[in-house]
Amino acid sequence: MQFSFTSEQEEFRSILRRFFDDKSPTTTVRRLMETDNGWDRAAWQELNQQLGLTAIHIPEAYGGQGFSFVELGIVLEEMGRALVCAPYFSSTVLAATTIVNAGTEAQKRELLPAIADGSCVATLAFTEPNGRWDTGGVEMTATRDGGKFRLNGVKSFVLDGHTADLIVVLARGDKGLSFFTVPGDAPGLTRRALKVMDPTRKQARLEFVSVEAELLGKEGGAAAPFERTMIQAAACLANEMVGGAERLRESALDYANLRVQFGRSIASFQSMKHKQADMLVEVELAKSAAYAAASAAAEDDPDLPAIASLAKAAASDAYMQTAISTIQIHGGIGFTWDNDTHLWFKRAKSSEVFLGDATWHRERMMRAWNV
Amino acid sequence: MNEDTVRAEVRAWLEANWRVDYGLVEWRNILIDSGWGVPTWPVDWYGKGLPAGLAAVVDEEFARVGAVGVAKAGIRRLAAATLLAHGTPAQKEQFLRRSLTGEDSWCQLFSEPGSGSDLAGATTRAERKGNRWVVNGQKVWTTSAHHADWGLLLARTDFDVAKHQGLSYFIINMHQTGVDVHPLRQMNGHASFNQVFLTDAEVLPEHLVLDVGRGWAVATTTLMHERREADGVRNWGRTSAGVGRIYDEERAENATVMEPYKWYPQRAGRVDLVIERAKAAGVNGDPVVRQEIAKLLTLSKSAEWTARRARAAQMQGKPQGPEGSLGKLASSHVARAAARVHTMIGGADAMLTGEDGAMGGVIAEILVSVPAGSIAGGTDEIQRNIISERVLGMPKEPRTDNDRPFRDVPKNLVG
Repeated sequence: MQFSFTSEQEEFRSILRRFFDDKSPTTTVRRLMETDNGWDRAAWQELNQQLGLTAIHIPEAYGGQGFSFVELGIVLEEMGRALVCAPYFSSTVLAATTIVNAGTEAQKRELLPAIADGSCVATLAFTEPNGRWDTGGVEMTATRDGGKFRLNGVKSFVLDGHTADLIVVLARGDKGLSFFTVPGDAPGLTRRALKVMDPTRKQARLEFVSVEAELLGKEGGAAAPFERTMIQAAACLANEMVGGAERLRESALDYANLRVQFGRSIASFQSMKHKQADMLVEVELAKSAAYAAASAAAEDDPDLPAIASLAKAAASDAYMQTAISTIQIHGGIGFTWDNDTHLWFKRAKSSEVFLGDATWHRERMMRAWNV
Repeated sequence: MNEDTVRAEVRAWLEANWRVDYGLVEWRNILIDSGWGVPTWPVDWYGKGLPAGLAAVVDEEFARVGAVGVAKAGIRRLAAATLLAHGTPAQKEQFLRRSLTGEDSWCQLFSEPGSGSDLAGATTRAERKGNRWVVNGQKVWTTSAHHADWGLLLARTDFDVAKHQGLSYFIINMHQTGVDVHPLRQMNGHASFNQVFLTDAEVLPEHLVLDVGRGWAVATTTLMHERREADGVRNWGRTSAGVGRIYDEERAENATVMEPYKWYPQRAGRVDLVIERAKAAGVNGDPVVRQEIAKLLTLSKSAEWTARRARAAQMQGKPQGPEGSLGKLASSHVARAAARVHTMIGGADAMLTGEDGAMGGVIAEILVSVPAGSIAGGTDEIQRNIISERVLGMPKEPRTDNDRPFRDVPKNLVG
């Protein structure tokens, strides 16, 4: 397992940090979060054209850059830090990873290059209104119709589901669970943006009425690649979350240093110093777990399922607790709309739950370790 | 010198000189003369002047052939490092070699009943009377004082200057009538530490380290080495299973020095026992227990990975990041969480101890030893001060003890 970043990786991180400082200030985050789409196609193209981020972990054979989950983790950590409003987690992380894991060779060659170059924004529709993160919650049906399939049912909590060009759908047929691909504008598909607590990451409800779909990968063969995708995605999300947590921690420290009460900087009060020290411990420990998970994903470590769940559980707790503490340190101003803290607080809340909360992942970790 | 030349040189030297039939002290004298015993020390004082990064290479070569090193365990290492930095040539001559051979053992007389976290508040008094320093006061938490030959003593030589300016640092002979050592029984039943009563105890003038009034600077050196070697306690106990006179002598030395530390694994919480204990108790299927175990494992794994990040950065010569300062506080959290989980798993048995307790009392020992980890070597609160001030750059609290003669600073009634 890798416990430090190479100098190239450190350099990559500092380039990203400068780029996102420039392209995703909170004025931009606030502008985009008020839109229905939640992201801007021109800015998305820039993300891809200047830095090739949409291609980062997609293999070179399919038009990607062929980097590992460690580099993807760095991108996500920096995006989480800057709260970048873009369909990156949906398209690059969830959809592309599913296609890599499940698709046939021909399908990877057909689908991945467009995701890699950013011209196609894809997403993965796996959860349903029952809110379950495992395959047991999948009720959507797939029925054979000649060479194609027809999908019926409802998907929910689909990241960027109302704006994606391509939707990868998990559904149940005669032979069990299969993945399918559906164009975003397919006839019979009704897409509705959900009112989400975290407006920087949009979600949609997708209703399928006899929607024509292409099989992705093997019929009835989705369970294993889905499991693998969820594990890798949990490792990815943990890295995104610790980026946000660190940004919050730093903003709380900046504010404490600035604020004067009782004739002295509030940062000189021991209650504040101890709180900040505890926040640092919590964030650094969660970062270590997230980095371990990214490294385990890159090496395809047999212990990855446990480590990814551990990292997601740690990040869920640490991000949320850091958000709560950051608001507390800001006092009244921290509860206002004008102060930026709530933007990260809401991302912390939605990420805490998305892909399974800490309790759910702790149980998965225990199973992975055969306890 | 680079890694390869160091490796080749130490390997050749060991091949020519290392034998298991030496006596321990005899061998260590040979080793000290060669410079390979303390290779990072200066050439003038038993070393080779190697950078710290290359010391690991020397250790590896010693381990490869099972060669015994200089005496490492206990306070003697801190004494040697402190005297190397601040001692007079005569002090170095008198003490360094005998500390490295293990002939002299040491203790650290810093903490007092009235000054724990605030070490610089020491009130033990050293007064110059004729050709002697005469010491009166009380020290506490003194590991190994009962068999130490020498003590590192922090004492106040001037009550009329500011707190940190009135301290001096001495080497005191522990074998004298004015030094009275009493074991201090802890809540876990062990007596790893001592109280040391100093009543007109005498110190020779040539055993003052650095100058009168500069004791705090010397003590800071000792404490820095103590923090740096905090991990060392775990390694000290490792004794070779080798056969031969020298190994027997080393094992006997270790048994004495390590005696006070035998409950330290329990103090750290024994996370390693949790899963087997849960299975043995048949509670590993209980969802609440599973959650608590998982929280503990998440914490302890994350802490372990954080330590490895810090080590990896150190090996690469990168400046230390925040991850390097969190270990002590993180291990307190781990230990407390482990004690909670062990209690949960133990159920009613957690009320029992000794041979009636789980695992012959080991679990009970965990439960009553864990509180020490949050106190010894810098309390959790002091760690948080250090982290917030040195890592996060937050301001110190306003102080009321530095701007006046120490005599006028409020003190505890004890000490």
